[in-house]
Amino acid sequence: MSGKNHINESILSETILEDQKENRIDHMKYLPGMEQIKSDVMDQVVDAMNRYDYTKYTAADVRRALAAEDRTPEDFAALLSPAALPYLEEMAQAAKIETRKHFGNSVCMFTPLYIANYCENYCIYCGFNCHNKIHRAQLNTEEIEEEMAAIAKSGLQEILILTGESRNRSTVQYIGEACKIARKYFRVIGIEVYPMNSDEYAYLHECGADYVTVFQETYNSDKYETLHLAGHKRIFPYRINAQERALMGGMRGVGFAALLGLDDFRKDAFATGMHAYLLQRKYPRAEIAFSCPRLRPIINNDRINPMDVHERQLLQVVCAYRLFMPFSSITVSTRECPRVRDNLVNIAVTKISAGSKTGVGSHSDEIADGDKGDEQFIISDDRDVEEVYHALQNLGLQPVMSDYIYV
Amino acid sequence: MNQMKDTWKLGGHEFTSRFILGSGKYSLELIRACVENAGAQIVTMALRRANEGGLANILDYIPKNVTMLPNTSGARNAEEAIRIAHLSREISGSDFIKIEIMRDTKYLLPDNQETIRAVDALAKEGFVVMPYMYPDLNCARDMRDAGAACIMPLGAPIGTNKGLATKEFIKILIREIDLPIIVDAGIGRPSQACEAMEMGAAAVMANTAIATAGNIQVMAEAFKKAIEAGRLAYRSGLGRVREDRADASSPLTGFLRDDEGEA
Repeated sequence: MSGKNHINESILSETILEDQKENRIDHMKYLPGMEQIKSDVMDQVVDAMNRYDYTKYTAADVRRALAAEDRTPEDFAALLSPAALPYLEEMAQAAKIETRKHFGNSVCMFTPLYIANYCENYCIYCGFNCHNKIHRAQLNTEEIEEEMAAIAKSGLQEILILTGESRNRSTVQYIGEACKIARKYFRVIGIEVYPMNSDEYAYLHECGADYVTVFQETYNSDKYETLHLAGHKRIFPYRINAQERALMGGMRGVGFAALLGLDDFRKDAFATGMHAYLLQRKYPRAEIAFSCPRLRPIINNDRINPMDVHERQLLQVVCAYRLFMPFSSITVSTRECPRVRDNLVNIAVTKISAGSKTGVGSHSDEIADGDKGDEQFIISDDRDVEEVYHALQNLGLQPVMSDYIYV
Repeated sequence: MNQMKDTWKLGGHEFTSRFILGSGKYSLELIRACVENAGAQIVTMALRRANEGGLANILDYIPKNVTMLPNTSGARNAEEAIRIAHLSREISGSDFIKIEIMRDTKYLLPDNQETIRAVDALAKEGFVVMPYMYPDLNCARDMRDAGAACIMPLGAPIGTNKGLATKEFIKILIREIDLPIIVDAGIGRPSQACEAMEMGAAAVMANTAIATAGNIQVMAEAFKKAIEAGRLAYRSGLGRVREDRADASSPLTGFLRDDEGEA
């Protein structure tokens, strides 16, 4: 399936099709206030993706890539190609060896905490999009503290703070306050919020955050434009350079992801890997993380699905990331069911969430129902911390609560 | 050969075991096996893995009778290593500190320059400073002069099990630096640990090699025996090892005469 004609019908509706016809702002032009950095990483990533023709790879290319000691972008390209699918078992075996070599049998555990779901973007596949009629909420500092205290009781030491993408409702200051509270309860603090400028990342780093994840969703800017109809998120280059601005702001690690199923997943996965690869070469100190989300149903659209990204393809992507960048952290989302998640940690995944809730105010009983907000997407693994902890132990893996120190 | 007890010292502590266990990546149960079966007396501990009073706290797994060697992994420069060392002293009560400074997430190679600065600062504060380093003689001398208690050169990139890839450079350190030289990282099999000891290393450190073995207990014992064998060989003095050529039958010095100068 070629990139241009790839349409995932499950995310479209009449309203969206109408909206797509209207005039929209130029998605390649920075808005006032958006920092423009000197970097050619985006051009290199997009160029590599555009040149990536996965149909040209053969079984011999895949075998060569598997046998390589240090894998090149060309090897990565081969491993993501359809020619690699018959070698999935070999890929998984090789990925497992690399994972154990670099991580031993350690698997980090964390939980996401949604502190707000207000959003100014119109991303047609996302439950938080500003036109989706869901219950919105934003936790105040007391409520954030209650949620964090409730999570900390489970034994977790790592938290990922999330908001919907509304700079007006969830200001940098507000997110910074959440990080400061998190420092009282957790050792490892990551954020997954709207992209911001490097000085704002530096501020959040001062507040205690050290890891920044930004999902690019798709690296195909033409497709990106048709999916992100309004809001700051519409500006493609500002989003793609977020990780670099985060590193410039002093963050220790950055996370990358394409939302598999939005566009041609092979090209998107290739671009994701190249994005991480190029930034790690430019900033060798950067800790690299991948997430591998597939599209999920949302409130008011239960038809959404990842189309041609089946479990085999998901595993192929996960293994290709591992074999290309063996030292990177790979996270598996609760979008996947326990069977898939447990098998992925046994092969290549090194970080797993537990006790996940994608709604706002879902962890603490102290928060009134009226102050809670709806979920971003529907999860498939609702196991709590203890259950995941024991599942890892049963797999012969070592659950790790903290492998990090804030300095 | 001197039959006296063969011990070595670090920061005023005396050790008989020359095996140091790394505890970085594998199940904490490994530690017990290595203390019991390999006789390890020193176990490293990444401070970033400590989780006092919490789940999966590495401190709970280190037996009381071994010397805990906290390391500064996660530090990217001297200042960060120094901060971690201070925290470490607070939490573990130990003055031992293994300096690990990496600013490369792909190979995890130590940064010698920053390490020298950290050794200097921490030795002045009374720490027993054990720097993990890339085997460079000049840097090792600087670390020694800055107050290091030993030098810990890498044998190969960490976790690769590639053995003594830097052998020739480690030999130079052993010859020139009058401090214990501890080979750290890369040791993949007992024979490599044995070779390091034959060369005159004071001790070797391993983790991955044992943790990934088919039988952890048995491999721990194999390492213990290999290290002891290598140490004995070093103390006895290796015999002449013939290289691939036989002795020449016509000596090059056969032309020499006592009645020199005559035609």
